[in-house]
Amino acid sequence: MSKQLSNETLIEIKHIKKYFPIKKGLLSRVVGQVKAVDDISLEIKKGETFGLVGESGCGKSTLGRVILRLQSATDGEVIYNGQNIHALGSSKLRDLRQDLQIIFQDPFGSLNPRFLVSDIIGEPLKVHTNMTAAQIDARVVELMELVGLDASRRNRYPHEFSGGQRQRVGIARSIALNPKFIVADEAVSALDVSVQSQVLNLLARLQKELGLTFLFIAHGLNVVRHISDRVGVMYLGKLAEVGPTEELYNKPLHPYTAALLSSIPRPNPALKRERIILKGDVPSPANPPSGCRFHPRCPMAQDRCKAEEPLLAEALPGRQVACHFPLVEDGALERLAARTLG
Amino acid sequence: MARKILEVNEMSAGFLVNKEIVKATDRISFNVEEGKTLCIVGESGSGKSVTSLAIMRLIDYAGGAILEGDITFNGASLPAKDQDEMRRIRGNQIAMIFQDPMSALNPVFTVGDQIAESLRLHQNKSDKDAMKEAVELLRQVGIPSPEVRAKQYPHELSGGMCQRVVIAIALACRPQLLIADEPTTALDVTVQAQILDLLQSLQKETGMAIILITHDMGVAAEVADRIVVMYAGGIMEEGSVEEIFAKPSHPYTVGLLKSIPGFEANDGNELYTIKGTIPRINQLPTGCRFHPRCEHAMDICRNQEPGFFQLGQDHKAACWLFEEHAAESKVSPARAAIEHGEVRV
Repeated sequence: MSKQLSNETLIEIKHIKKYFPIKKGLLSRVVGQVKAVDDISLEIKKGETFGLVGESGCGKSTLGRVILRLQSATDGEVIYNGQNIHALGSSKLRDLRQDLQIIFQDPFGSLNPRFLVSDIIGEPLKVHTNMTAAQIDARVVELMELVGLDASRRNRYPHEFSGGQRQRVGIARSIALNPKFIVADEAVSALDVSVQSQVLNLLARLQKELGLTFLFIAHGLNVVRHISDRVGVMYLGKLAEVGPTEELYNKPLHPYTAALLSSIPRPNPALKRERIILKGDVPSPANPPSGCRFHPRCPMAQDRCKAEEPLLAEALPGRQVACHFPLVEDGALERLAARTLG
Repeated sequence: MARKILEVNEMSAGFLVNKEIVKATDRISFNVEEGKTLCIVGESGSGKSVTSLAIMRLIDYAGGAILEGDITFNGASLPAKDQDEMRRIRGNQIAMIFQDPMSALNPVFTVGDQIAESLRLHQNKSDKDAMKEAVELLRQVGIPSPEVRAKQYPHELSGGMCQRVVIAIALACRPQLLIADEPTTALDVTVQAQILDLLQSLQKETGMAIILITHDMGVAAEVADRIVVMYAGGIMEEGSVEEIFAKPSHPYTVGLLKSIPGFEANDGNELYTIKGTIPRINQLPTGCRFHPRCEHAMDICRNQEPGFFQLGQDHKAACWLFEEHAAESKVSPARAAIEHGEVRV
């Protein structure tokens, strides 16, 4: 996006880890850990949209939830306004929740079918403010108009709305308290293309009007390119690459990013482009490979990759990548493609 | 021209809802040629899946029926057959791949058993021979160590692997026609690329025809020879993949292509949108079914349903913009938009 980015950090994520124990047997002994998020550090700037992409099971949704403390972290800190969200007491956390909101993926599952739409959108106001019923109703009308819903339908149930409209209800609920930061977890993935573009425009407009910061989690690479200022690519609980959107899409540095981008089907049959086909599937996060987690599928893997884990480091100005042999030189990407085809 | 293996002719299929007949597909016609891939593209609710259920005659079990028109497969009418005959065709000459590989497989049988089943049923193979061939099929769809995998249950395999198993089952009897209903929608892009590659190379080997149902114009561009664009039960545009992408003409097709984000850098402009949402099939508008969402709608569109207008040798669209005299008096706005470079594909 061609907007000026502030340099002010809104949220700083420091060495966040989230492990889920694997329990077995009668006594539920812990026999292993699923390392869903494994030591991720990241800064999200004020007013930006940070896109987080990765295949299913890479831990992107877990990261989003841990940032909001909807799930506790195993280790690490999330700094917002100078405070570590994961160290706050419950009343302070509750206050903070006004600033931090989430939009969920499933427009059907995330709305209570027994609540009227006006109750759904008004609930955060009821919980966090001492507005009167009339004030809440006025605010609900305002919010529905803001997200492009017909406010006269506010006393209806979610099932009377289409998928796109429900997603707008979810968005209205998330902005009810004038939050600063919103995690959009696959917010448009369940929608058809024509409706998806409507919701994407809405999110961009709200960001401009309300000064929101987004963490936009999605597996749809095109959507992320469209909406994000910076993008982080996750693989098996770790960040493989972070960089400004266009730079990353035009010149991926990590072989995984390159493969991911080359797998997007393009609506142009004349472009029979060369795909980098990865072998195999994403390994289990309970038992990640040694060294670089991507090495068993990487066409460029060498001995060092099996033994030594690469750390996220700056390879080009503003571009971070976790790879021993990033695709920095000109022509490196072409050589990678040639290798997989040969 | 290759032989037409499947011909769908003015076919309507539908369901009885509250004592009212609701047409989920409305007099649709298309052909599939041997060795070629036809993609049916459209959003949810456009009738793509009902079309495939109708061809398989599985719609009978879903509480629906073929209401009018005909489907001929190898010259024989499918709606005229009884379910016993259909049972011999399904899985044998016409096979199907469903969207969700996890739920398409039976969790209590090993994947080898499930592949062998159709070989035993349709080709009277012995258990031993069928199993041997199942392992061979698993190898063919690119599953490593197939001997081991054949003895495993679906939950022991990843989503991509399960979809390969489903493909192996579909291919077991060397079908002449494979219907794939959103075969990669539940999969990640890197696995999607693997599966699409696999389908194309298998098609090259066996010469089967494929009907691929998808909502993703990108997938269609990559694998299709012909494209049918459906909207709310009707066909809006049909043509060769080159024609459709070089000269998308129906405002719906143009809108679909323009709404896809992210193939270019974001220039700060809003993304193109088709206003409104797809209507329910029991509340279709009068005239052209797309007119309430169409930015070029004219009076005639509200009142009269358009027939097909030929746009090229192998390309037609159901839209009044292309009526001959309309075309003479002005260039269609949709075409003009493309020529002005507003649509980048």
